[in-house]
Amino acid sequence: LAAAAPPAQAAGVVEYAVVDGYTIPEPLTETPGDPVMGRKWAINRKLGNCLSCHQMPIPEEQFHGETGPALYGVGDVYSEGELRLRIVDPKALNPYSMMPSFHKVAGLNRVLDGFENKPILNAQQIEDIVAYLMTLKDTSRN
Amino acid sequence: MTTANKAFGLLSAGLLGLGLLATGPANAADDGTRIDWGPYKVDEKRSGYTYAGAQTRAMQDDEFQNPAFLWLERGMDLWETADGAANTSCADCHGDAEESMAGVATRYPIYFDDWGKLMNIEQRINWCRETQMQAEPLKWESDALLGLTAFVKNQSKGMPIDVAVDGPAAPFFEQGKAFYETRRGQLDLACTHCHVDNEGNLIRAETLSQGQANGFPTYRLKWQSVGSLHRRFRGCNRNIRAQPYPYGSDEYTNLELYVTWRGNGLPVESPSVRK
Ligand code: HEC
Ligand code: HEC
Ligand code: HEC
Repeated sequence: LAAAAPPAQAAGVVEYAVVDGYTIPEPLTETPGDPVMGRKWAINRKLGNCLSCHQMPIPEEQFHGETGPALYGVGDVYSEGELRLRIVDPKALNPYSMMPSFHKVAGLNRVLDGFENKPILNAQQIEDIVAYLMTLKDTSRN
Repeated sequence: MTTANKAFGLLSAGLLGLGLLATGPANAADDGTRIDWGPYKVDEKRSGYTYAGAQTRAMQDDEFQNPAFLWLERGMDLWETADGAANTSCADCHGDAEESMAGVATRYPIYFDDWGKLMNIEQRINWCRETQMQAEPLKWESDALLGLTAFVKNQSKGMPIDVAVDGPAAPFFEQGKAFYETRRGQLDLACTHCHVDNEGNLIRAETLSQGQANGFPTYRLKWQSVGSLHRRFRGCNRNIRAQPYPYGSDEYTNLELYVTWRGNGLPVESPSVRK
């Protein structure tokens, strides 16, 4: 297994190792992710705001976006480490992706005052969202 | 019928007529095959009008309901009002706007020789104020500048946009295009991600349009006010947590040329109404 050297990151961004360009097997924090909190971060428009782009089994929220694939059953398709990379830095997989890299600040351009050098989600929030996505086992949509 | 009643009558007739189509945001975006959009759709180019809900469209179509006409009337008054050390009005030099200003908005932004760079309508108006009237320039997003801009552009209503991007305008056009395609902000998105790749898709509750410029200045329900194209640019920049550029900056005027060119052939629609 070839672990790529982690990119130079700013304060607030935890170091991580991408393995085989496909997964981050090691959790970013000591505290295990909490799926209940993860669901909250996913909804929160100032944090994950995942619903702006994805349809998810979150029926109490109206208007799920459709610029990304639906996430029903995504916890059945990917491992925890694969989901972690897909949130931390989806551009490692697809440099053309529309999806923001939620825990990476290197290479950003003209970030709004007050948001410079800050990742969109902190390390614990990433772990919580990964834990939540791992609960999405049902691919049947209902 | 009073004016208000007449307007309401028009509005409800419009809603009834379109009632079948108003089934939800996703349908509103896809119903190109069910509504003949007339001049609002030219080949693959679609005005933001074709993504707006039936109620918003009805509000735009009816002068009595369209709140932007309050600004436009302000502009009409200012057209006749003498100002500045030269004590002249727009009308003193340009006469009847219906004649002198017809078609002007289809050509802007233009390359302006004296500046060696682009000039849009707002900047033209302020150029006239400063050099011709010896008056103070009007502030961006002031009711006066929005009103005059809406009034001038409205004289080209229905005429196809036809901005030139060759000759001396070409390098500025290229800069605008590069801006449009460059990722920026904490969310790391370019205009293309939303307005080209995802046109017609929902981003949360909003149906993404092609981001066309032909309706500006626009009355936005969210703003409860008329706003300029540059205000919209600033909003789209902030939404992805990117540092916006100043109103009237070269960056935004170059971007304005590129965005306006994307809509060459679409009719001038100012003042439009949007959500
Ligand atoms: C601005 C749009 C956008 C946002 C916001 C967004 N995503 Fe995505 N996401 C995408 C797109 C587009 C893809 C498709 C793959 C690609 O292009 O990289 C994707 C792919 C994914 C995948 C892989 C799905 C698959 O079927 O392969 C997962 C998992 C995912 N996103 C989770 C999330 C989570 C969790 C959040 C919020 C923390 C989020 N996304 C926020 C646009 C977005
Ligand atoms: C994250 C998505 C996103 C990005 C990136 C984005 N916009 Fe927008 N834009 C929107 C939404 C949502 C609207 C409102 C609905 C619509 O008309 O698309 C909008 C509206 C507009 C409109 C008004 C269209 C009308 O008919 O009134 C213009 C013009 C526009 N955008 C230009 C731009 C430009 C230029 C950029 C890049 C600097 C940009 N946008 C980047 C989401 C985005
Ligand atoms: C003292 C004369 C004078 C006054 C007053 C004046 N203008 Fe002008 N205006 C000009 C001249 C000269 C031009 C440039 C004509 C050209 O280069 O073709 C011009 C050009 C314009 C154009 C662009 C026309 C085109 O075909 O490109 C617009 C729009 C305009 N003026 C609006 C206004 C408005 C609005 C006012 C009042 C706030 C105003 N002008 C006041 C002299 C004046």
